[in-house]
Amino acid sequence: MSDALATGNLPFPPRPDYLRNGRTVTSWLTTTDHKRIAILFALAITFFFFLAGAAITAVRIELLSPQGHFMTSDTYNKLFSFHGIVMVWFFLVPSIPNTFGNFLIPMMIGAPDVAFPRLNLLSWYLFMIAGLVTVYMLVAGGVDTGWTFYTPYSTMFSNTHVLAAAAGVFIAGFSSIASGVNFITTIHMLRAPGMTWFRLPLFVWAIYATSIIVVLATPVLAISLMLVIAERWLGLPIFDPAHGGDPILFQHLFWFYSHPAVYIMILPAMGVVSEIIPCFARRRIFGYDFMVYAMLAIAGIGFFVWGHHMFVSGMSPYAGLVFSFLSFIIAVPSAIKVFNWTASLYRGQISFDAPMLYALGFVGLFTTGGLSGLFLASIPVDVHVTDTYFVVAHFHYIMVGGSVSAFFAALHFWWPKITGRMYPESWGRFGAILMYFGFNLTFFPQFLAGYLGMPRRYHTYPPEFQIYNIMSSSGAAILAAAYLLPLGYLTWSLFYGKRAGSNPWRATGLEWTTTSPPPPENFDSQPRVDRAPYDYHPEGYSAGLGEPEVQNAREVE
Amino acid sequence: MSDAALLKKPWQSMARQRDAGTFGIWVFLASEMLFFGALILTYTVYRVSDPAAFTAAARETDIWYGTINTAILLTSSLTMAVAVQASTAALGFRRLIVACLSLTVALGVAFLVVKGFEYKEDIEHHLVPGLHFALAQPAAQIFFALYWVLTGVHAIHLTIGLGLVSRLALLIWRRKLVFDDNPEIEVTGLYWHLVDIIWIFLYPLIYLPGRAS
Amino acid sequence: MSSLFMPPEASTHAVHVDAIFIGILILSALITIAVFALIIVFAVRYRRGSQAKRGKLPELVSREFEIGWTTATLFLFVFLFWWAAAADLTGLTAPANAIEIHVVAKQWMWKTQHASGAREINALHVPIGKPVRLIMTSQDVIHSFFVPAFRIKQDVLPDRQTETWFQATKTGVFPLLCAEFCGTDHSMMRGRIVVMRPEDYAKWLTVQPQGDDLAHQGAQLFVSRGCSGCHAEASKVHAPKLEGLYGRSVQLADGRHVTADEAYIRDSMLQPKKDVTAGYEPIMPSYAGLLDDGEIDSLTAYIRSLATSTGDAR
Repeated sequence: MSDALATGNLPFPPRPDYLRNGRTVTSWLTTTDHKRIAILFALAITFFFFLAGAAITAVRIELLSPQGHFMTSDTYNKLFSFHGIVMVWFFLVPSIPNTFGNFLIPMMIGAPDVAFPRLNLLSWYLFMIAGLVTVYMLVAGGVDTGWTFYTPYSTMFSNTHVLAAAAGVFIAGFSSIASGVNFITTIHMLRAPGMTWFRLPLFVWAIYATSIIVVLATPVLAISLMLVIAERWLGLPIFDPAHGGDPILFQHLFWFYSHPAVYIMILPAMGVVSEIIPCFARRRIFGYDFMVYAMLAIAGIGFFVWGHHMFVSGMSPYAGLVFSFLSFIIAVPSAIKVFNWTASLYRGQISFDAPMLYALGFVGLFTTGGLSGLFLASIPVDVHVTDTYFVVAHFHYIMVGGSVSAFFAALHFWWPKITGRMYPESWGRFGAILMYFGFNLTFFPQFLAGYLGMPRRYHTYPPEFQIYNIMSSSGAAILAAAYLLPLGYLTWSLFYGKRAGSNPWRATGLEWTTTSPPPPENFDSQPRVDRAPYDYHPEGYSAGLGEPEVQNAREVE
Repeated sequence: MSDAALLKKPWQSMARQRDAGTFGIWVFLASEMLFFGALILTYTVYRVSDPAAFTAAARETDIWYGTINTAILLTSSLTMAVAVQASTAALGFRRLIVACLSLTVALGVAFLVVKGFEYKEDIEHHLVPGLHFALAQPAAQIFFALYWVLTGVHAIHLTIGLGLVSRLALLIWRRKLVFDDNPEIEVTGLYWHLVDIIWIFLYPLIYLPGRAS
Repeated sequence: MSSLFMPPEASTHAVHVDAIFIGILILSALITIAVFALIIVFAVRYRRGSQAKRGKLPELVSREFEIGWTTATLFLFVFLFWWAAAADLTGLTAPANAIEIHVVAKQWMWKTQHASGAREINALHVPIGKPVRLIMTSQDVIHSFFVPAFRIKQDVLPDRQTETWFQATKTGVFPLLCAEFCGTDHSMMRGRIVVMRPEDYAKWLTVQPQGDDLAHQGAQLFVSRGCSGCHAEASKVHAPKLEGLYGRSVQLADGRHVTADEAYIRDSMLQPKKDVTAGYEPIMPSYAGLLDDGEIDSLTAYIRSLATSTGDAR
């Protein structure tokens, strides 16, 4: 009994785990268990991911030819707009925080649930309502403004369903804010005895920093979309240039949210990778406190760099200089993180399971994407490449190469904890490698096309860019396969996968000291914490292969 | 005994649960500040770019309705604060709490009624942006666009507040809810005060420009 | 070969942009290679079960490492900022002797007009080696004037003027693209910039259909649209005189000072009550909707011509 407790291998539980605690549909739809709500979110965002993926598949097929053969320009414009809107607000923003964050935050800090369980469920329902409105928008005919809703096109010129699209995103914003408030309060108020701030796993820090951005930036998005709705629907001329309204003001409001939103998408990914790399290198994370400060710095400075989206908008050039400076500065904490992940491999005992492959892929792609951001921070170069495929490539390196890679890393890493089953390892590794190469083939050529001057959102394009588009589209085919593959083998593993123990990766977090899948209240006895995370080896030594010290110091009888 | 009735999942102590409730609502209020902050920023940008049109437009608003509403809302915050204090005192002031909460609801409804009369008058005076708008300056339409958005969004917030306060009043009146030291009352109170404070910013921005002399 | 990775370098500005681009490219390539090399070396050397030395860590103090590379990247990035910002500032304003071209964007075409009055659609002919200043506005949504070969891009906004400039260094035909999404045929909103030798340009100008130049068109409009009723020398209405106005600082009724540039003159026609000149009643009606963008450009050109001609006379 005592040995089993110490290693986290609890005896067969006398109570059902959270998955079997009520099997009816109602028990799921009325649940306040953060783990079940995480699953509900996961199902929803998976649906939206493949929906938006289908839209971009059609776009990539169309772009094989410079003239386009299969669709009208209007259809093309609606497809890329739908792709952007759904991927940003219905996949990327909620992806890691609302699934893994929801599932793991209470477990990592040793709590039975989030601070406001009913608010958590409300957040999911709001998200579903927002999703329904968005699906209605698609069925009704779509929207063609791009995900940026720039006025006056969105308010006065577009003949598509701008209202429904903006309303969908508006409601999704409330879902985000509800989750953000919940996570911040949870992390402040529900940490287990001994879980001090600087003993928090970096994933918790990442979700904390993300939630602060969500809470402070999302309301500004809500306002800018509400004003677009008011102008379009009620005819209130707020951004109408004919009445002295200022379309650039809309851009300021929009990017005040949408630039920090990039950090909403990438910080949780950084958190995931900071969990996985130490575990598979059997090393303490290099520079834990610098990692924390770097994340907080990114969250803070991230609020003051939005203007770098607007260097050519007609904004004052001197404001542009300030934004340019801060955009260079925010690259520093990102660089710190990359260096620290790399340094964490030094003298490790590295194994290359699927989560680690995804995480290393993340570091590579994030480095490439982040450095391409330097070009966009320097005004003269940005003037040339903004609104071209260079920018498209840049943000896909961060969001797809970064966030989505980390999402899949997290999915494989915590799959045994969530489902109680192991995924098939060789398929997992194959999928990770496939995704890495598919991704680079898709997006690297876009840097070249962009510098050569191919503007984004072009249905037809000058023929000299065809070669790059063919490369992109063939890469996208590989990428699509790499995304569908896990859908298959992970589903398979639900039924036929090997049963997972409590701690299959021998990791140190509290979530590994309870059963897989966990009981409804997460822990059978209240965890107590007496050490920092990532205690894979004694201080001052290199990695060893011995048992790590888990954070949970429950008294052993 | 009342503690056991109030304690909810996932909390183990009432004090912690109360702290979390208050903390959570403050985080939410920070979010609300940015929400209205963005609107007020929009207002400021346009006012700086065309101050003359904004003062001319502001003179068209009805300062009487605005001032009466300010008084009503400030008073409602007082009754709300008394209700919260009576609850935290935990001395069994059930009737006082119910009375104060009901008064708060009544004042909130009065605010909306006055607002309704004001809206009616605005519509009659062609102060809705569009074809038959009363003023010539283009930017005056922006002022009134923001007037409708700001007061409208504020009214929606107030209506939500009314729902929350009426619920508390009703439940406590029918003895369905613990009223002594119930954190829900304090949390609702904080929200109500936010709605009030927002109005304190809106009042000078909407009604006072151009009326100094 | 280089055309596979870089568009033609056909303006003075393009050289600066490419220099910075290549600088950052080399730098980021070095960082990328360093990071990838370290990851690969560590991954191979410290793979699980390898014989590489582990044991007690050497006395490398991690904090000093952290501070070291944080400071290094900070200095590096501040240097990059300084370099790029300096290049940006020097290229901010067009030289005074620049040729002026008015550009009007609309869904989905570019209309350009030369100072001589010659008009083009989806095309612009310019001489090599002379700075060209573009004064742009849009009739509907936001567009963006993008010439990859010149490395310039500038959003074009409705009811407002934006500017950019370039000096071509190569003759030839270069694509002009719209870079800001503007609706259905956004991707068809393309044109061409034809850079000619000066003598060819002069010849080209002379064979264009004889349009009056902008200032002359403006002078006619000034009378036909009734501006002269108030603003002419002989008028009885108390209205600001426009001779010598352009480029001067104007005191407004509310005490502010503004410079009478294109944007101010445009605003004064469309929103006369916004910036009222000190000492005058706000009696001018708005011409919004009565003048199109081309006419506004013509009137502005006329008012500018008043500034110089009277200046010479006195």
